[in-house]
Amino acid sequence: MEALLSLIIGLLTACGIYLLLRARTFPVVLGLSLLSYAVNLFLFAMGRLTIGRAPIITPGAAGYTDPLPQALVLTAIVIGFAMTAFVIMLALKARAELGNDHVDGTHEPEKII
Amino acid sequence: MTHLVIAPVLVPLLTGIVLLLLRGMDLRWRRGLALVSVLGQIALALVLTRAVADGTILVYALGHWPAPFGIVLVADRLAAWMLVTTAVLALFALAYACLGTDREGRHFHVLFQLQLFGLSGAFLTGDLFNLFVFFEVLLIASYGLLLHGGGRLRTRAGLHYVVINLAGSALFLIAAGIFYGVLGTLNLADLAVKVAAVRPENLPLVRTAGLLLFGVFALKAALVPLYLWLPAAYANTSAPVAALFAIMTKVGAYAILRVSTLVFGTGAGPAADLMADWLLPLALLTLALGMLGAAGSDRLRVQTAYLVLASVGTLLAAGGLGTAAGIGAGLWYLPHSCFAAAALFLLADLIARGRGDLADRLAPGPVMGRHWVLGVLFFLCAIAISGLPPLSGFIGKFLILRAALDPALAAWVPWCLLAVVLAGGLLALMTLARGGSLLFYRATEQELDPGVQTPPPTGAALGLVAGLLALGVAMTVWAGPLSDYTTAVARQLLKPADYVQAVMGPRS
Repeated sequence: MEALLSLIIGLLTACGIYLLLRARTFPVVLGLSLLSYAVNLFLFAMGRLTIGRAPIITPGAAGYTDPLPQALVLTAIVIGFAMTAFVIMLALKARAELGNDHVDGTHEPEKII
Repeated sequence: MTHLVIAPVLVPLLTGIVLLLLRGMDLRWRRGLALVSVLGQIALALVLTRAVADGTILVYALGHWPAPFGIVLVADRLAAWMLVTTAVLALFALAYACLGTDREGRHFHVLFQLQLFGLSGAFLTGDLFNLFVFFEVLLIASYGLLLHGGGRLRTRAGLHYVVINLAGSALFLIAAGIFYGVLGTLNLADLAVKVAAVRPENLPLVRTAGLLLFGVFALKAALVPLYLWLPAAYANTSAPVAALFAIMTKVGAYAILRVSTLVFGTGAGPAADLMADWLLPLALLTLALGMLGAAGSDRLRVQTAYLVLASVGTLLAAGGLGTAAGIGAGLWYLPHSCFAAAALFLLADLIARGRGDLADRLAPGPVMGRHWVLGVLFFLCAIAISGLPPLSGFIGKFLILRAALDPALAAWVPWCLLAVVLAGGLLALMTLARGGSLLFYRATEQELDPGVQTPPPTGAALGLVAGLLALGVAMTVWAGPLSDYTTAVARQLLKPADYVQAVMGPRS
């Protein structure tokens, strides 16, 4: 299970970084989402991988899983969700105001500042 | 009494919520409420400074969960110093925004308060994951503020700023995850204890996480080579927002100072001085590149943005010395550089408004209304930023250079630092002199077209710029007590055992 999870996290990160480096806003947004999925899985795995264990104290439980990474992931998901929504709106605004979806607002090399 | 620690976090949050609920109300009332809140935050920050000035470290356990199980807020001298600087800077930025910028878009005041909420939280928190959350709070508020008012350039610079910060947040989470996975804690004080006792097989992981964290903070602080987002973002946003953002890069500098002294300080055993090795060279490079960027820019606001970059370099170069005198000098320089940069951002806005289509481009243009007052203020800003006597920049640089002459440092350090800081100051002086003569001396006598003419800057706007410069004068007058305080801050930072003991309780 560890090898599979590591592979998935690695693949998601690699795809995320590749898309993040693209020149159009939509792949960049997708790349950020993939990267945040990879990060969430990674955080989750940092509490060690256990199956079928209780996160809070239960009478007669055989063992426990670490509840803290789950809380961290939940926070990270909420924040990541809000940020993705924001960046999509911003990308749409940039598309409307700049007339194209290039991250620099133009396909021509031009001075930005 | 103990609730004092959380008050600087709660006041802006509650004000922001109230302002959101009152959004239909007359603008004058909302402005009044926002200003009263910021004044209250200044008062709270000063009370907190008094409470921690004798070296006490106040700890506030949220929900009364003891550390390291719950989240703690920790107020020490450094946090109080940052809070005072932020609140005072915010007052001037907000007052300038109330002169009309806040009409350009919706919810300016709400976002401004939430920005202060995020900043105060980031300075006070004693938990790594909580620091991430407060970073996100201050970033999402800053996205809104950066885009306030809209416009092509602003949107384009905003997109870059948002995407690079989101990538930075992902790295922050990875670093926090590694820390938790290896050490089983996210409390900064507990991290300090556990990093010092880390097992050799886990050392590479801890070092990786530490350097990832350094990368994230360097991104926020705009350290070379992660600074490319800064000039466009700061130069294209509205003036009061740019003035407030003078503190934003210092949040990164604060986080670097905090983590590198507390978690990776000299007492951290095998992971000691992890960040310190990188800090000084990168900071000197940032300073040099910032000054070159300022010299090469053709717009006053871009130039100011590069000067902000150079100020981060100066501050972290002083911090990178690692001695009490060095860190103290850097912390003395911090408010000065914020106030001076904010003054120049506001002044650049007033200059741009008086020049029609030319705006803030550094080219001869028509004579501005009230050009005498603008010229004198520009001259004073230039003196403060380039570090000439008698304003605060001179004392800041003097303290930094004196700290660099410590014989305990490596032989190359004093020479490199002296050369870069002095050459940077000279370059800043020449750059600003060139800008000033283009804007003021070589102004053509022709009038602007009546169609694009704007009224001359109001006394209130000029007064705010003068007020920021007066803060620099005040820092000069009370330089002795202030530098005593910043040296005390640095001493406290270099004794992380006190922090750990205050948070974790006495240990056997």
